[in-house]
Amino acid sequence: MSALQLLPVAILGAVLGLDVVSFPQAMISRPVVAATLGGTLIGESSSGLLVGAILELIALETLPFGASRYPEWGSAAVVGGVIFGSHAAHPAGAMTLAVLAALATTWVGGWTMVQLRTLNARWAAKRRDALEAGARGSVVSLQLIGMTADLARGFLLTAIAYALLAPLAAFCIARWSGDARLSRSMVVGVAASVAGGAAWKLFHSTNGARWLFLGGLAVGLFMLFAQ
Amino acid sequence: MSGASGSGTPRLPLGTRAAIFLRLLAIQGSWNYESLLGNGVGFCIEPALRLLPGGIHGQAFKSALARESRYFNAHPYLAAIAVGALARAELDGEAPERIERFRTALCGPLGSVGDRLVWAGWLPLCSLASLAIFGLGAGTLAVVGFFLVAYNAGHFALRVWGLETGWRHGLRVAAALGNPVFRRGPQEIGRLAAVATGIAIPLALGRVIGPGRSLMGIVLVAVALGSLAIVRLQRRIEGWRLSLVVLALFVLISVIH
Repeated sequence: MSALQLLPVAILGAVLGLDVVSFPQAMISRPVVAATLGGTLIGESSSGLLVGAILELIALETLPFGASRYPEWGSAAVVGGVIFGSHAAHPAGAMTLAVLAALATTWVGGWTMVQLRTLNARWAAKRRDALEAGARGSVVSLQLIGMTADLARGFLLTAIAYALLAPLAAFCIARWSGDARLSRSMVVGVAASVAGGAAWKLFHSTNGARWLFLGGLAVGLFMLFAQ
Repeated sequence: MSGASGSGTPRLPLGTRAAIFLRLLAIQGSWNYESLLGNGVGFCIEPALRLLPGGIHGQAFKSALARESRYFNAHPYLAAIAVGALARAELDGEAPERIERFRTALCGPLGSVGDRLVWAGWLPLCSLASLAIFGLGAGTLAVVGFFLVAYNAGHFALRVWGLETGWRHGLRVAAALGNPVFRRGPQEIGRLAAVATGIAIPLALGRVIGPGRSLMGIVLVAVALGSLAIVRLQRRIEGWRLSLVVLALFVLISVIH
């Protein structure tokens, strides 16, 4: 893997990582968007969308509530989308490994966000006197430093994760012994289970939600088997 | 300073309004565990504070900026209400103690209302609707385009409305949180999302797995059992971590076998 291959992936991961919290939170960092953009980067937008939809099912569980610690999906979904897109014939195991790579990256990404928040607090503490005096430069620079650091965080995270996990995924795919369809069923089944549990947690206290869910499920199943 | 509109609300210059709005998109740029959104609020209000007597070198500007950059917590989109209201209060020359009491009182409601409406409502609804569209076989542009347009229509409308409402009402903005969208919105969105969940999950499964009713039936039963297990285990382990472990084991077995 050359630096020329790595650079655009890392830049995309940086921009989408920035969207998670710092700027502009327009949800271009949601997996369904980020993985698709990752796939598009290597000319495989449909592959990116497939893996993005699976990650989106899982991401339904981890919504960015206030100060809670949550995984970082923007950079991670780019890694997943590019890895799956790199195996355009979708061999057995490719989808599982792409999703696993994204999940591992999102885990580390969540940790890097906590470190960044701690660093932001340290930078703010260094400027405490200036902030208390209402120094315009300190307020603006603190904001810009925080965003630049977040961009750098996303860049490094994506670059390191992709550089490590893409060859590992290729190694595993070459030795994969299972059936392609079975491995796809496994990964989407796990993702849908997480989505089902997440939806229950979010909506079970809403009046009538259980019946509405069952009604929706009946429609969904009918459409599925009518296709 | 700001002029007055026909309705009696002082007018904020368009350039200042645009600068505040653009900065609102970066309000969490220096989010940290001590002052949370505090510095971001100061950063967003700063263009309006330049209108204070003496400009950026005046004592009024410095005192106001110091006050507005202290600890603050809110949902990032609904923080627009606070930014508009606080900018108005500072330019109206409200007493600092009153402004500080107002900031403290606003933190809780703006956080909880925004979390319920956006993070637990609008975002999952848009996500599930886009997954349903994906399951129906739509192309990349349709799925991603639908999600981004639908989600951001609500997102940007909320920020624009928040800034406008905050500026119009100033320290009396609390009444705006009684808006029907905030009172009934989360419940209504929750109902729609429940329907969308039922439709999206089987369709998304179908698209990823491909044709074949027997395998699909087995997967659907497994998903129902898996969802139940995740609900039961929710206090012990998060579903995404569990899926990481399960998939890692699956990979190990498939590669070593």
